[in-house]
Amino acid sequence: MWDLRVMYKKTRWLFYVLLLVATVLGAAILSLSVGEIRIPLTDIPKLLADKESMEFGVLTYIRIPRTLLGFAIGGSLSLAGAILQGIYRNPLVEPYTLGISGGASLGVTFAIVAGLHLLNILFLPLAGFIGAFATIFFVYTLSIRKGALSVNRMLLIGVMVSFISSSMMMFLMSITAVENIHGIVFWIMGSLNESNTVMIWGMVALSVICLIIAYIFVMPLNALRLGEEKARHLGINSDVTIRILFVITSLLTGACIAVAGIIGFVGLVVPHIVRLWVGSDYRIMLIASFLSGGTFLIVCDVLARTVISPNELPIGVITGIVGGIAFIILLSRSQKQSKLLKG
Amino acid sequence: MSTLLAINNISCGYGNGFHIKDISFSLPEGYFAGIIGPNGSGKTTLFKGISGDLSLNSGSVLFDGKDLSTLSLREKAQQISIVSQFAEVPSITVEEYVMMGRMPYRKPFQFFDKPEDIAVAHHYMQLTNTFRLRNKLMTELSGGEQQMAGIASALCQKPRLLLLDEPTSHLDITHQVKFMNLIQKLNDDLRLSVIMIVHDLTLAAEYCDYLVMMKNGQVFCQGAPEEVLTYEKIEKVYDTVVVVKINPVSGKPVVFPVSERRLKKLNEKDIK
Repeated sequence: MWDLRVMYKKTRWLFYVLLLVATVLGAAILSLSVGEIRIPLTDIPKLLADKESMEFGVLTYIRIPRTLLGFAIGGSLSLAGAILQGIYRNPLVEPYTLGISGGASLGVTFAIVAGLHLLNILFLPLAGFIGAFATIFFVYTLSIRKGALSVNRMLLIGVMVSFISSSMMMFLMSITAVENIHGIVFWIMGSLNESNTVMIWGMVALSVICLIIAYIFVMPLNALRLGEEKARHLGINSDVTIRILFVITSLLTGACIAVAGIIGFVGLVVPHIVRLWVGSDYRIMLIASFLSGGTFLIVCDVLARTVISPNELPIGVITGIVGGIAFIILLSRSQKQSKLLKG
Repeated sequence: MSTLLAINNISCGYGNGFHIKDISFSLPEGYFAGIIGPNGSGKTTLFKGISGDLSLNSGSVLFDGKDLSTLSLREKAQQISIVSQFAEVPSITVEEYVMMGRMPYRKPFQFFDKPEDIAVAHHYMQLTNTFRLRNKLMTELSGGEQQMAGIASALCQKPRLLLLDEPTSHLDITHQVKFMNLIQKLNDDLRLSVIMIVHDLTLAAEYCDYLVMMKNGQVFCQGAPEEVLTYEKIEKVYDTVVVVKINPVSGKPVVFPVSERRLKKLNEKDIK
């Protein structure tokens, strides 16, 4: 009864999802077994049964939480990037380039300097969220000219906001106590080393909930590929959709930055490559970006742990180098394309 | 014949910038109307007032007797399709693009396409001769093909009124005529009402039943093409000397431009 074409699309999408779930599992197993103590895959079930062994402790207290967090953060950042790229119809947009990360960082820095994290650990993600939300609101309002949103303006203002935020952070760091500076610097470099289980499970829950909410808006996102005005002519309330999606991306970015520090470029590179692979239909794009982002960050974390072991690299270093190079390649490629279009 | 769209004294515009004032006209169901006027006379602004993209400062737009501002965006999208000029095209396939026209009929949480939606899309792609292009990207099409895909997508909305904003302005004469013939066919076969912004006055005269001529944000005159397209009125509105003759085949007005050099020579002759 189903049209063959729909069948084909559905099977293709199912194949992508199954493949990605398999990759996530593969990356997770890699992440569980690699480290100072090597734990072979076949031993994992046995070790988990033996609560007395040291490996059990390593797995349950260090590696499983870390892998879960890597998945949630990678998925969230990638999801935020995919949504923002959809809203702006621009592949170079991500929480970083729009200054949202800068704003969230400033929020968290302020919370650390003011000592709010000592009162309640949940003040950190809250501060990150407020910073992210304030920035997105600020950038959005400044980018509206004559009732229309200018993407180029938004990108430029975003970059400027990032600069201002980092200057303000330096200012805050220069007037605060030394132990705070250590905390801020350590946190800026980005790490999946988080011991608070509430934060970890909170992050996992948030990422999944945001994916579900974003998925409700998957058809409006598809319509927005044709432009805000055209989407409205197709019966989509573009303004409301964009506002809700903005809140979701701020929430995701703010929480990620508060829990794991600054992990750049995941939100730019992963959705872009996913789009080249599965196409721009958000029905598959959102899920594929989420799963790929999770895999990407787990693998980056394994690299961060092993490259200079027994020491550990900040994960932001790995994603920054990989992502930054990919960004430059994409930028020069898109310029070539626009030249071709102009003839 | 029942009135489909009644525009009563509407005024709207951009902040403290350009405004259109006191526009009124009505469109009987099944009519093919053209909006003409020089650049900056408010044709597109009028469209934005009708579509609700700009909120009205005064006046009202009645669609089938109901105030358009009381309809939801979704209800409006099931009645009115708008095809604008293609400023930027998404890089999605033609089929995906045309399927977007079924958006107003999707249920919330309906993630997959229904077979009947696909059937509707395929039907209109065949009608507009874009079915053969269905797996190509929109960005790979020529201007004329993009317009046709745009029409297919608009028809998928199953509208009663089609608003077209200068669809033929950058097409060659073959594609212009093909396009206009298609719209005329839709107008005849589906009794689809059409309002179209046209730049080419001769094309407007040939295809439209009714013309609204605008100048400086107001309606200068309206009526049948023969009444509106007289050389006096065109010269007043466009500030250009023209000659208007009758097309011997269709009996509709044809507008000829006259060059400045020719005018000078004519004037010199008159003096002699």
